[in-house]
Amino acid sequence: MSTQNERVSKPAHGGVPADSGRFVLQSSRSEAERAMQRVLAACSAHQFDPTACFAIRLAMEEAFSNAIRHGNREDAHRTIAFEYRIGEDAIEVEVEDEGAGFDPDAVPDPTLDENIQIPSGRGLMLMRAYMTQVSFNERGNRVRLRLERRR
Amino acid sequence: MEASGSRLRIYDQDGVTRVEFLDRNILDEANIQQIGDEVGRVIDANPRPRLLISFANVDHLSSAALGTLITINNKVRAKDGQLRLANIDPQIYEIFVITRLNKLFQIHEDTQAALASFS
Repeated sequence: MSTQNERVSKPAHGGVPADSGRFVLQSSRSEAERAMQRVLAACSAHQFDPTACFAIRLAMEEAFSNAIRHGNREDAHRTIAFEYRIGEDAIEVEVEDEGAGFDPDAVPDPTLDENIQIPSGRGLMLMRAYMTQVSFNERGNRVRLRLERRR
Repeated sequence: MEASGSRLRIYDQDGVTRVEFLDRNILDEANIQQIGDEVGRVIDANPRPRLLISFANVDHLSSAALGTLITINNKVRAKDGQLRLANIDPQIYEIFVITRLNKLFQIHEDTQAALASFS
């Protein structure tokens, strides 16, 4: 995991310093796991509840899985650009692969009766179900996950 | 039947093949594929498989794991067998509800209830 920018810490409202980082990762499970562990440690440190940490882990898993498998096509020579920001109000994570991108609106609804027995196609819906907001760049190779703190 | 490197504990009890996970997190696609292959071999070896998969100790699973469970379910049904899931943590169960897979799978609170449900 090479650090592109050093981790930035600055005071946030309410005292707990905000935490953020930007990295370029090798497109592999082990690199993704290290990146996720970093976010999860920050998630706990910023006192997001276990449900929120579970949700962000699940959504990150799906984002990395899509990037490694579909975007970068299991090519470990490719990279993933990864960013996270954790503050008082929200956790944000961005994952970008080197692929051609995809149209998230074209993914069939896996909960429909005709699709329920198809093994794939649930990652995007899980991200959307667990995050406050999921958005993509125009090319469709960069996903931004945002989870707001429950009050 | 716990081959070295296996990610599962598989054993027979009263005509039911019980499958338990050794991993707390069922996330890594290579591991998930291995799990699918192992259970696939069990299904292949049984003319009419009766399978109980327990999720006790499982903390996380991904959509790839759900995909493998669907494939397992399709294989079991193709052989006119029966598949039951049990001991699913409430947080994990919510994933099944969100994806509506709680309607596809027969899910039971615990092992005892699942075992009693086989016909």
